[in-house]
Amino acid sequence: MSGEPTLLTADPSVVSVGAGLFADALAAQAVPVAPVDFAPPLGDGALDDALVRVLADPRRTAANATAVERVLAVRPQLVDVRPAGEALGLEPGTFYHAGPPVDWERASGPLRGALIGAMVFEGMAATPEEAERALASGAARLDPCHHHSAVGPMAGVISPSMWVFELVDEATGRRAWCSLNEGLGKVLRYGAYGPEVIERLRWMSAVLGPMLRDAVRAVGPLDIGAVVAQMLQMGDEGHNRNRSGTLMLLRDLLPAIITSGAPSDDVAEAVRFVSGNDHFFLNLVMPAAKLMMDAGRDVPGSSLVVAMARNGTDFGIQVSGTGDTWFTAPAELPQGLFLGSYGPEDANPDIGDSAITETCGIGGFAMATAPAIVRFVGGDVEFALATSRSMYEITLAENPAFQLPVLDFRGAPTGIDVTRVVRTGILPQINTGMAGRVAGTGQVGAGLVNPPEACFTQALAALAQAAPELPGA
Amino acid sequence: MTSQAPSPATTVTIRRGAYRDSVALMRVSREVSALDGVDAALVAMATELNLELLAQMGGSVPEGTGPNDLLIAVRATGGETTAAALERADAELAAMSTGGGGGGGGAEAPARTLRTAAARAARDGAPASLALVSVPGRYAAAEAFEALEAGLDVLVFSDNVPVEHEIALKDRAAGLGRLVMGPDCGTAVVGGAGLGFANTVRPGPVGIVAASGTGAQQLVCLLDAAGVGVGHCLGVGGRDLSSAVAGRSTRQALRLLDADPATERIVLVSKPPAPEVAEAVRAEAAALATPVHLVMLGGETDLSAAAAEVVTALGGPAPRWPSWSPAAAPSPRAGALRGLFCGGTLADEAMLIASAALGPIASNIPLRPGDAAWTLPADLRHDGHLVIDFGDDTLTSGRPHPMIDPSAREERLRAELADPAAGVVLLDVVLGHGAHPDPAAGVAAALTGSGSAVPVVVTLCGSSGDPQGLEAQAAALASAGAEVYLSNAEATRRALDLLKRP
Repeated sequence: MSGEPTLLTADPSVVSVGAGLFADALAAQAVPVAPVDFAPPLGDGALDDALVRVLADPRRTAANATAVERVLAVRPQLVDVRPAGEALGLEPGTFYHAGPPVDWERASGPLRGALIGAMVFEGMAATPEEAERALASGAARLDPCHHHSAVGPMAGVISPSMWVFELVDEATGRRAWCSLNEGLGKVLRYGAYGPEVIERLRWMSAVLGPMLRDAVRAVGPLDIGAVVAQMLQMGDEGHNRNRSGTLMLLRDLLPAIITSGAPSDDVAEAVRFVSGNDHFFLNLVMPAAKLMMDAGRDVPGSSLVVAMARNGTDFGIQVSGTGDTWFTAPAELPQGLFLGSYGPEDANPDIGDSAITETCGIGGFAMATAPAIVRFVGGDVEFALATSRSMYEITLAENPAFQLPVLDFRGAPTGIDVTRVVRTGILPQINTGMAGRVAGTGQVGAGLVNPPEACFTQALAALAQAAPELPGA
Repeated sequence: MTSQAPSPATTVTIRRGAYRDSVALMRVSREVSALDGVDAALVAMATELNLELLAQMGGSVPEGTGPNDLLIAVRATGGETTAAALERADAELAAMSTGGGGGGGGAEAPARTLRTAAARAARDGAPASLALVSVPGRYAAAEAFEALEAGLDVLVFSDNVPVEHEIALKDRAAGLGRLVMGPDCGTAVVGGAGLGFANTVRPGPVGIVAASGTGAQQLVCLLDAAGVGVGHCLGVGGRDLSSAVAGRSTRQALRLLDADPATERIVLVSKPPAPEVAEAVRAEAAALATPVHLVMLGGETDLSAAAAEVVTALGGPAPRWPSWSPAAAPSPRAGALRGLFCGGTLADEAMLIASAALGPIASNIPLRPGDAAWTLPADLRHDGHLVIDFGDDTLTSGRPHPMIDPSAREERLRAELADPAAGVVLLDVVLGHGAHPDPAAGVAAALTGSGSAVPVVVTLCGSSGDPQGLEAQAAALASAGAEVYLSNAEATRRALDLLKRP
C-alpha cells in the first residue's frame, strides 16, 4: 500500500485513537476527526512485544494477502458420495472426530456417545456397554477429521462404513470430505447411540448414500460455492440455518434421483429425509469451507486462522503461519436456548468442526443475513447486524462471492487475523448447536459461543517466535 | 483508409461460479449498455434463458457453462470500446460487493480499529490523511502499524514506547513511504491543523522538523511574534536523533519539507543529538535544495537566537521579543534558582543558560546524567539550584501531562514561594490547542495568595492566535506580580539577574 506522500498537501482529516482531548482540540479547529473506540489488547500487557514483533514481521502483509487470495480462489464442487473407508482410506478400528486431538480419557460425553454408537454401527461391539469397555481399554484409534482434509459437525465421528460427501477444487486438485447429516434430535453427532440412531445410520449407508452417489455422478459436479452464495441471499447463514441450501441441493439432484430406477419407496423416504432436515446442507457448507481454508494453510508469516474446531473438551485453532500446531484451551459453554425441559446444566461445552463456517466468514460472521435465526440462538436482529459488522474488525478480507444483502451487499467478513483478534479483544462469533453433557442424550439446545481468548494469545506468541527479532531488541 | 463502417462484434467472457443476484445484474447490464459505442450488453448468470438472449446478441459460450457461471457479453464497435465496456462491467460488479457499510438499520457501533474509522471517514467524504495515536505507550506501536497499513501517516503522542517498537515502526513506515511523528511527539502542525499541544500560527514559508515538543512550540511562537509564519511543523519524537533510532523520521521529514514547494526554509530543532547521528543529519540537510537551520541545543545557540536568525534570513528586521512587567518590579534576593517546567526542552534550555553562570543545577532531567551534583533525588528535594521537568516520563506515568493538569506543578510553586532558600522561581506557561484552557490562573492564584518576596519569572510560550489568549494570560500573570517573557532565553537571563549572588 505504498503511496504518494500526501501529508503536506491533503486537507487534514484525522483518525484519532486514545485521549479524547486531542480529538476535541482538532474538532475545535474544524478539522474532521474520526474517533476509534480503543480497548487494550488481550494478554494483560504480557503480549505487547510479541504483538509488535508479529506486526513488524516483514513477511506478514504479503503472506496474509497470499493466503486470503488462495482461500477466495477456491471453487468447491461436489463430485462424489462414497464410503469413508474408500474415500479417506479410513481403516476399521480408527475413528475420526471433531476438533483438536483428544483421547478417550479426556473425551466429553457426546464424543464418547458418538464413538460408542460408531463401534456398534461398525459391528465392533454388540452392545453400548461392550463398546464403552473396548474404547476405554484403547481398542480404537482416534484422530481428528481435520488431519485428513475432513470435517464433522458436533462430535464429528466418521467411521469407515459411513458415507461422505467428496468436494474438489478443480484448479488445485485439493479435496475435502464430510459425513452425511443425520437430522436433529437423537443423532450420533450429538452423542446419542440408541437403536434408532444405529438403524438410521445403517439406512443412510445402505440407501441414502448410494442414491446420492448415483445422482451426484449423474448431474455433478455441483457448484457448492455458488449454492452458498445464494443461501446467504435467502436468509441462511450456513451454520445454524441451511434451509434454502438443502432445498437447492434437492432441486439439483431430484431429477437424477427420480430417474435412477431406485424403488419409489426408497426415493420417497430419501426425499422426505433430506427435505425434512433443514441442516442437511450444513454437511456440504462445512467441507466447502474446509476446502477454502485449507488453501490458506502454510504460508510462512501469515496470521490467518485456517481452522477453528472443538472436540467437546478443548477448543483449538490452527494458523497459516504456524503449520499444523493446534492452539487449544478448554471449550466454553454456549449461551442460548434449550429444547424442552433441558437447561444449562445439561449442556456439554462447545463441540464440533462446524466452526469452519465462521473460519471462512459465514455462520455467526454472516448472522446479519439470517434474521430468522437470531431468536433460535438467543439474540435479536440488532445483535445480528452488530455482530456481522464487528467481525469486519478482525478479518482480512471481504468475500465478493458471499454477499450480505442487508449490509448493502457487502462481502462476508472473511479470514480471521490473529493479530486483529488480540489487538481488539473482539472474539469470533460462532452460532452453534448444544449437545447433552451425558453420552447418549442428543441435542439439548442451540446458541452462541466464542472461542477462548487463550487460543489466540498462544497463537500470537507462536507467530512472534517464528518472526524475525525486532531491530535493536 | 476504408470507407466501410466497421461492424459491431460480440465479446463474451465467463466467470465460473461467481453467483450474483439477477436484479442487481440487470442494473449492471443497463450501465454497460448505456456506454457510447456499445450496442448491447448482457451481464447475467448463464441460465438457459440468458443463453438464448446471448444467442440473439450473436454470442455463444464454451461447453460446460452453467447457471452458476457469470457471463459478461458486450456487442460493440472497436476493441477500445469493448475493453472500456468490460472494464466498466468489472467496476460495477466490484462495486456490488463492496457495500457502503450502510443498510441494515440500527445504530452503527463505534469503530474499534483505525482502519474502520478511516474507512468511515472516506465514506463520509473526508478521507483520513493522518492518524493520531495517544493510547498508553506499550499499546501505541500496534495502533500505529494499523494506521500505516491503512495508508496513513501517523503521529504517536504516547510516551513510554519501547525503543525497539519505535525502530520497527519507523522501518515499516520507510518501506511504505510514510512518516511516523513520535513516539512522544508532543506537537505538530500539518496543513494548518495543530496536533497534540500546538500553537495557532499564521501560515508561512518556514517548515520545522522537531525532535523536541516545547522546543518547536517556542520556535513557532517566537517566529509568529516576529510576523513569520510556519507552514508545517513535523515532530519526530525526542528519541529520533539517538544512536538507536538514528534519525529515521528526521530524514524522512526533511525530505518531505524539501519537496514541498511552499516551504522556503527548514528549521531542525532538537535536544543534543547523538554525535554520529548529528553528522548524518547535517550531511542530509546539506544535500537538500531548501536551506536548513540546524538548532541543536547544547551548543552555542539558544532557541531565541535561532528564531532571530531565521527571521533575518527571510529578510526581516532583527526581532525584539515581547515581555510584560508587573506594576512593581521585584527586588533581587539571595538564594537558589528554582525552575519549575512543563516543557522538557524549555527546562533544558534554561539549565544550559543558567548553569553557565551558576554551575551545577540539580534536575530530574540532568544535563550531566549520572553526576550526583546535577541529579535530583527521587523525592525532588534539594537545597541548591534545581530545575524540575514535570512533563518527564517518570512524572507523567499514570497522570496527565502538566500542560493539561498543572496541579502538581502549582503545589510545588507554593512550596518554593514559601521556601526561604529560594532566590528566584522560573517557570513556563504553555498555551495552545490541547493545553489547559487557563493555565495562568493557577500560577496567578499561587502568587497572589503567597505574600512571598521570591521573584517569579515566567516564560509564556504562546501565540497571538491561541485559544487561551496570549495577552490575557500575560496580563493575568503580570498582575499577580510575575515578570513575563515570550523568550525562554530572555526569561532565564532575567531570572539570573534577579538572583543576588554572594
